[in-house]
Formats: sequence, structure tokens, C-alpha cells
Amino acid sequence: MFDLTGRTALITGASGGIGGAIARALHGQGATVALSGTRVDPLQALADELGERAHVLPCNLSDAEAVTALPKDAAAAMGGLDILVNNAGLTRDNLFMRMSDEEWDAVIDVNLTSTFRLCRGVLRGMMKARWGRIVNISSIVGTTGNPGQGNYAASKAGMVGMSKSLAQEVASRGVTVNCIAPGFITTAMTDALNDAQKEKLLGAIPAGRMGTADEIASAAVYLASDEAAYVTGQTLHVNGGMAMI
Amino acid sequence: MSDVAERVKKIVVEHLSVEEDKVTENASFIDDLGADSLDTVELVMAFEEEFGIEIPDDAAETIQTFGDAVKFIDGAS
Repeated sequence: MFDLTGRTALITGASGGIGGAIARALHGQGATVALSGTRVDPLQALADELGERAHVLPCNLSDAEAVTALPKDAAAAMGGLDILVNNAGLTRDNLFMRMSDEEWDAVIDVNLTSTFRLCRGVLRGMMKARWGRIVNISSIVGTTGNPGQGNYAASKAGMVGMSKSLAQEVASRGVTVNCIAPGFITTAMTDALNDAQKEKLLGAIPAGRMGTADEIASAAVYLASDEAAYVTGQTLHVNGGMAMI
Repeated sequence: MSDVAERVKKIVVEHLSVEEDKVTENASFIDDLGADSLDTVELVMAFEEEFGIEIPDDAAETIQTFGDAVKFIDGAS
């Protein structure tokens, strides 16, 4: 099950904790992967670790032209593009009353607008192939909200509505579009929390621990597989039970 | 029938799985040939590839019938 041999996948934010784990997992199931991100060194290190079937495609997702070129470059490097994982994201947390337009725009641009552009860019090839998988990495806070993250929560909720709309348009062409909404996962992004914040968080998680990037990657493998062909427009919450929606 | 018309007809017949004699000058892709909105986008993509042309979105919207498609491609290529 979940064999991805012969499939090609583009993963954004592959230099991050969750993106890297997703790339490793898809590669482990046999897929050829294109690793995208802004930091070349960690991408190259991951590609070296994976060995064959790994390509490095650096891209600044706030640059519209670069984003438009990325799916084409990925398809050229791998000979096709079957699976798109929009994982890249950033935070610019601030209290709502203090949030600047720049903080708002930066988060919406990278998290939501680049996801839109990449989805649009891969559709032609997927529709022609009558097979495609788009997996957008949303977040639990897109559903629950989070103080100090008005911009981030809006971008992640926007991703869910966008994915559902696209899913309905392309379902008849064998292309599925789903979201994964991670809860609190051990990554650089959550390492920034202080101990008191972490303690409070753990109290709200029935599983009693933070999740791992590999646990998100497993969900991505499932949604990217042939076995998930009948699953579309869904949001898979992977959060240790902290929100049951 | 011109060479362009023959090639356009072949694409339409294959993509929409319709009988060749249904594809007449005034046959509307959506109303007469059973296309949905996504089919019309795919047809335009197929025309672009077959004829090596770019069909902008505003022009694509005017291509409603088989005749429209042939006329547009004749003018563009």
C-alpha cells in the first residue's frame, strides 16, 4: 500500500522540519522529489541524504515570477509533476491591534497566495494526466484561531476554503486536493515557544505530547497515494486530539 | 473542410467522445456537445498544443462553437 514508485512530487518549505519529513517519506515510498525552499544549504544536504531521485529547486515564494516558474522547472527536472505539497509557511505574530499591513501581507503572500499560484501552475499537467494530488499544509489554528496569529490563522483557514473549491472543480479529472492541519508539532517554529507556553499547550492535548514531523509526513503519504483517490476536499487534522472537528 | 477544421474536429471528437457528424459549424461545445466548463478549458489547452499558439483567456471565452474555434485558429496560425 501507498506505493509512490514512478510518481514525482514537489515539496515547498522542504528545508523545514515538516517539509523535510514529508520529502523523506514520499521519497521513501518511491517518489522522485523536488525540494524547494529559500535556504539552499539545507535543501542540498537533504538531497545528498536522499541520493537518487532528489532535485533541489530554490524559490522565494514571495516572488510571483519565481513561483510561476517553479512548477515548470519541477516538471522539467523530474519529467512530470504528479504531487504538489504546499508546505512552506511563515509566521509574523503580533497582537491584532498592533499588527502592521506588512506583517499581514507577508504572511498572506507566502502562505496563501503562493499556494494559489502553485496550485494553478500544476493543474494543466495533472488534468491532462487524469491523475494528481495536491496536499496543502494548513494548521489547527486555521480552525480554532490563536491570539497573536490573526494573519497566520487567516492564511491557513483561507487555504482550506480554497482547497475545497479547487477540489470540486477538478475531482472529475482524477485530481484530489486536500489539507493537513497539524496541531502542535516539534519544529523550529514551535521551539520558539517558552516553557510556560509549552506546559500550557500540553495540558490541552489529550495525547499528552507534541506531535512529530514524521506523523504529519505519514498523513501526506496517505493523501498522495492511489489509495486516497476517493478522498478530496478534506482536512485531515493530526493533533493528538487537541481539537476534534 | 480545411486542414485546420479537420484537426480541430478530431480533438473535439476525442475529447468529448461525440460522433463526428454532431460536430457541425454551429455546434456549441456546452449546449450541443455535452461539454462542461472544465472541458472547454481543456479543449482550448488541446488547441494550443496542436497548433502551437497561445489563446488568451478573453479570446477563449469567445470560442463557444466548433466554428468559433476553427475561425480563431485560422486567424491565429
